[in-house]
Amino acid sequence: MVRMTDPTPYARAVPGSQPPLDSPDYGSTHRRAPKQEPIRAPVTLTEASSPRFALPSHADLSVVDGHAAMGERIIVAGRVLDERGAPLRGSMVEIWQANSAGRYHHARDQHDAPLDPHFSGQGRVFTDDEGWYRFTTIRPGAYPWRNHHNAWRPTHIHFSLFGHGFAQRLVTQMYFPGDPLLALDPIFLATADEAARDRLIGKFDLDITRPEFALGYRFDITLRGEAATPFEEGRA
Amino acid sequence: MSTATAHQTAGPFWHLIDFPEWSDLLREDGPNAGIAGERITLQGTVTDGDGALVTDAMIEIWHADPEGRYDGAFQGFGRCGTDAGGRFRFTTLKPGPVPGRGNTLQAPHVQIAIFARGLLRHLTTRLYFADDPLNESDPLLALVPVERRCTMIATPVIPGTWQLDIRLQGGAETVFLEV
Ligand SMILES: [Fe+3]
Repeated sequence: MVRMTDPTPYARAVPGSQPPLDSPDYGSTHRRAPKQEPIRAPVTLTEASSPRFALPSHADLSVVDGHAAMGERIIVAGRVLDERGAPLRGSMVEIWQANSAGRYHHARDQHDAPLDPHFSGQGRVFTDDEGWYRFTTIRPGAYPWRNHHNAWRPTHIHFSLFGHGFAQRLVTQMYFPGDPLLALDPIFLATADEAARDRLIGKFDLDITRPEFALGYRFDITLRGEAATPFEEGRA
Repeated sequence: MSTATAHQTAGPFWHLIDFPEWSDLLREDGPNAGIAGERITLQGTVTDGDGALVTDAMIEIWHADPEGRYDGAFQGFGRCGTDAGGRFRFTTLKPGPVPGRGNTLQAPHVQIAIFARGLLRHLTTRLYFADDPLNESDPLLALVPVERRCTMIATPVIPGTWQLDIRLQGGAETVFLEV
């Protein structure tokens, strides 16, 4: 067998920068969060490799069959980088979201808000050579959930990302600036570090805004990178 | 240097990115059509700490080709939602042994990622195949307490169909991994 170079370990999470699995204020974690500590394993080819997708892009969620979706059209764009600032090229970025009324095009969403036949709420693009992605969509509405009395999710767009290794897989959410629900949301607040939470909020950006068309929001995404120092290396 | 973006739950409505055909890695119009190997089915259920079925999870798999390679034509990626019975099911080719770190060899395995409402970050585990002689010397299994290894080892229900149930929490809690 040909000897391969061992993959470089990935950096561990900065303390406080990631949500815990068990979060008392988020009820669904109570019976779903594992109680045992994970087994820490050294990175192998399995974690350091990732699928290569050959799929069509769908960058404009704001029009279906030539009909404009209801609501405020927006552009959401940003770069996908690793922790060392290197752009991830050709990475698949998927998004899904509620419509402008706060209703998902989903059979199990029973929120009493109108569905929009011209909005499905699903998008997919691939990053360019500088790591940029860009979607045109509709600003989603807030929606209620049953976590606690009078619970409402802040306005958000779900994001799914693949890096160069399956260990970089990331599913996250982009929030919107100035949303009063952020201060009340157990999912957003589960991440202890305020700066880490702030990075989940898209920033209004006049350079992404297109005149006479749509406001723009910038949302950069950082995937975990290679360990910077030997101290961060996975244990062998 | 910047810090990695925080994970957030996929929530209950992730099915907008569910493409049910992705659970069949050997589909005619997919990336692996015509690639030779041993056809297998991987299936299981997902349950929570009360033993209740988890019916809204997104399960992803990632594994090597029958030669144990990740850089060939075969794309060992699948995505499947759990159904009303908490079940997932993939059709794929059985992976070969994969080189490990140093001069080691890893037993054939399938990486599994679990996303769901109530999981603020996704969980990762592996599926190994019962009775594979390489399991004895697999470097990762060696890190797992002997009595918990069975939570990562799929058993054949009929020839070619392998079952691995995932328990998110509780008595026979699945071993989850962190690299
Ligand atoms: Fe949501």
